[in-house]
Amino acid sequence: MERYLSRWLDIKDLHKLDVYEAHDGYRAARKALFDMTPEAIINEMKSSNLRGRGGAAFATGVKWSFIPKDSKKPVYVCCNADESETGSFANRYELEFDPHGIIEGILITCRAVNAHTAYIYFRGEFTGQKRCVDEALAEARAKGYIGKNIMGSGFDVEVWTHRGAGAYVCGEETALLESLEGKRGYPRNRPPFPAIQGAFGGPTVVNNVETMANVPWIIRKGPDWFKAIGPEKSPGNKLFCLSGHLNKPGLYELPMGTPLNEVIYDIGGGIPGGKKLKAVIPGGGSFPPFTAEEAAKVIMDFDSVRAAGSQMGTAGIMVMDDDTCMVGALLNVAHFFRHESCGQCTPCREGTGWIEKMLADIEAGCGKMEDLDKLISVASNMEGNTICVLADSLAMPVKGFIPKFKDEFIEHIKQQRCPFQASSQLQSAAAG
Amino acid sequence: MPKVTIDGKELDAPLGINLIEAAEHLGVEIPHYCYHPGLSIPGNCRMCLVEVEKIPKLQIACNTRVADGMVVHTDSSRVKTAQQAVLEFLLINHPIDCPVCDQAGECKLQDYYMDYDDQSSRFELGKKNHKGKAIYVGSDVMLDQERCILCARCTRFFDEVTKTSELAIFNRGEHCEIDIYPDRPIDNKYAGNVIDICPVGALTSKDFRFRMRVWYLHETPSVCSGCERGCAIDIDHHRGRIYRFKPRYNPEVNSYWMCDEGRYGFGVLQSESRATRPLYQSVNRLLPEPYPAAIRRAAARIREHGEANGANAIGALIGAHSTNEEMFALKRLVKEVIGSDHVGGLSFTPPGLSGDDKLLIRANKNPNTRGLIALGIGADGVDRLTPPIASGQLKLLIVLRCDLVRALGEGEFLKRFGPLDYLLVLDTDLSETVQMANQMLPIAAYQELDGSFTNFQAHVQRLTKAFDPPGESLTAIEVIGRLGHALDDIDRSKTADAVFADLAASEPAFAGMSFAGLSDHGAKLPLERSPEPA
Repeated sequence: MERYLSRWLDIKDLHKLDVYEAHDGYRAARKALFDMTPEAIINEMKSSNLRGRGGAAFATGVKWSFIPKDSKKPVYVCCNADESETGSFANRYELEFDPHGIIEGILITCRAVNAHTAYIYFRGEFTGQKRCVDEALAEARAKGYIGKNIMGSGFDVEVWTHRGAGAYVCGEETALLESLEGKRGYPRNRPPFPAIQGAFGGPTVVNNVETMANVPWIIRKGPDWFKAIGPEKSPGNKLFCLSGHLNKPGLYELPMGTPLNEVIYDIGGGIPGGKKLKAVIPGGGSFPPFTAEEAAKVIMDFDSVRAAGSQMGTAGIMVMDDDTCMVGALLNVAHFFRHESCGQCTPCREGTGWIEKMLADIEAGCGKMEDLDKLISVASNMEGNTICVLADSLAMPVKGFIPKFKDEFIEHIKQQRCPFQASSQLQSAAAG
Repeated sequence: MPKVTIDGKELDAPLGINLIEAAEHLGVEIPHYCYHPGLSIPGNCRMCLVEVEKIPKLQIACNTRVADGMVVHTDSSRVKTAQQAVLEFLLINHPIDCPVCDQAGECKLQDYYMDYDDQSSRFELGKKNHKGKAIYVGSDVMLDQERCILCARCTRFFDEVTKTSELAIFNRGEHCEIDIYPDRPIDNKYAGNVIDICPVGALTSKDFRFRMRVWYLHETPSVCSGCERGCAIDIDHHRGRIYRFKPRYNPEVNSYWMCDEGRYGFGVLQSESRATRPLYQSVNRLLPEPYPAAIRRAAARIREHGEANGANAIGALIGAHSTNEEMFALKRLVKEVIGSDHVGGLSFTPPGLSGDDKLLIRANKNPNTRGLIALGIGADGVDRLTPPIASGQLKLLIVLRCDLVRALGEGEFLKRFGPLDYLLVLDTDLSETVQMANQMLPIAAYQELDGSFTNFQAHVQRLTKAFDPPGESLTAIEVIGRLGHALDDIDRSKTADAVFADLAASEPAFAGMSFAGLSDHGAKLPLERSPEPA
């Protein structure tokens, strides 16, 4: 397997421009600027089947093709570096160790949609990552890779970096745009979609950091090279974030289509302390978990995970051993989404808090049997009824955890206490 | 026009309207909190979720524009479940303090709960989140954060209409709350509107709070008399007292809004200084007498002066606070019955009041200056009537709804009007001018009469009588009618619609208009209307 997303593991100082240039850096951008029309770039992206790495897995080329060709308003490109999905930590490494790869991806995207202004929106906590990118931008600007008349092509792109104020919801593309405009980070109603009316009223493409990092490779090596990696409909390498009860947690670049068991046992080194796998969340805390039996059959690509009843999301894989309290785990998820709900839509604002309160009761030993049905009912009432999918991001785990581990929930209620003395360990593990 | 079907009923919908408006055309209510037609669409309350065929998820009606062939269901089981769910969510952290809440009776939480939910709570009462209560946030607005459903109507009003942005949403998720910024209270002249548009009891009026349960109030459509804009209002009253004014939608005049100066201006309409009995001056004292005697007295004085010095010994000065009908009736009495040329008008704004702003407030604080002009009376009456008074020709002046002493100052008043033999004042209050008058006939204030005003844009709107005038007071047109009868023994119209019909028949500016045609939004003076598009 060729490692192309995490080349910093093989190439020292890849974040420096001269090193990046020495390893084919900005060759894809040169090709896009001099040898390709915007239509050709979009067509290559479409035929590569690259799907967005931010979690929604939307086809990147198709997204770009929605931008009006004759827009009277300026077109914007936004790189979403608000990585805050639970269990996800790929973008932060990319921003630190391969900033030029992302800048080059942004440059090509700008060329494809005829944008001259691009923004990188950083998660509020990414002060260091922003500094890395700012330094890389300064180098690129000095060398003429961004700014006016890039590489003498006559094409201008200015890239601005912007740090959010620490809200998970600002990773949602329309909340990101609101926040970028200086407003409260509230997701917007669609329509209008960002491709028609995004940042400052102009047509806007919002792509995740990892998506941007894939772009130069597809342009340079061609869609066929890309499609040959993993399943045809969901191709390419993916950065997998392994956390939880594993011997070797960490960030791994793997081809799409790697079986989940291989990820857990071969790559992640299996469960420590000779314990067994109880549950694994495949794509960040927003999605339902798999039981050990289910996990054994799951292939890690967007469509396969979806078909198995969860989603690959950001590939933030969180592994839980058989000493983990599932009520505590779900409570931890609920706590996160209650805390991160922007509070705009009624079902999410009120539902996330209600669910956390009910789960806290069960975990504390004062739950009631009817709470289990109530939890499912409240989750169903939240699901699909809000502006963005943050409500669904709690509803789905609730509707996954409770039926899959119902006995454990019932035990909590019957014994009026948490049967796992060490339940708090998971919470600190997942939080860390 | 796109054809939409809502709950089986078909509508040729005007282009660009949303599903809430389309349903309204068909008499179907789609419940909603955050949507307000005068503000942007945030789509946050999720109360208006409806089922649109061929779209898998429920859609918010407020942000869904009609499209040809759209088939919408507002009463399917999926929709009902979603409505119940939203109401349940809204109520879990709501304090349900309806018994002590001013909004009770006109609260959309109460109304929709009864109409769309009607279920017992599944939430433990003891677990409610608590937030701030009874916080004074400025400009007469009281805030209760617990009752708030965070629909953001108020913040959008201050962001979009007044552009002052005093209110904002702070914190996140279930801890969200509306508040002002530290030490930056609400300070704008339209703040009262947020109390109106708040669908729940989160924003209430400090003035109105705890003074009246809303279900005792009667609502009468009228027009604000605070300035020449003439915002359409509803008078909320109970047993002959006004408790509040609320703006009434009029797209031609004030949209959905009114200013606080007008809103809280009803105090002067029912002040302690209201006159309740006719008065006449006897040895430097004002003495009361019954109305029939007062009419006889006034008519006798008019007749005496006319006989002794000719018709032009009598004149009238009409204030720009009079209704169109009052102006017309008095002008006709003086010009046609008495036969005098001396009819003038006065439009007076005391100094130190607010000037024109970009929204509604006008510097001219008279509601009917345009009426004076349209009726050919003009607003230069003081200057026009001073010479005949000074020359001794004009001896008896009838003054309708203007406090000349206040307008001119006592010195100037005495200089100009001192030579008069007889000053007959028709007004609501015991003003300084009344103190100088020979006779005073108390008349109805705006809440006590039918009539109309012509605003500065030549838009004529109707006032409706909410309740009877106090004491022996009569409407001015009744008084003028009785005076006329006493002079020539002819019965004449004493109702506003009949006087308006006479007015429309004889005044070119009002040609073709009818009193009935002024219902709801009123009408523009015919000559001022923009030509119909071909």
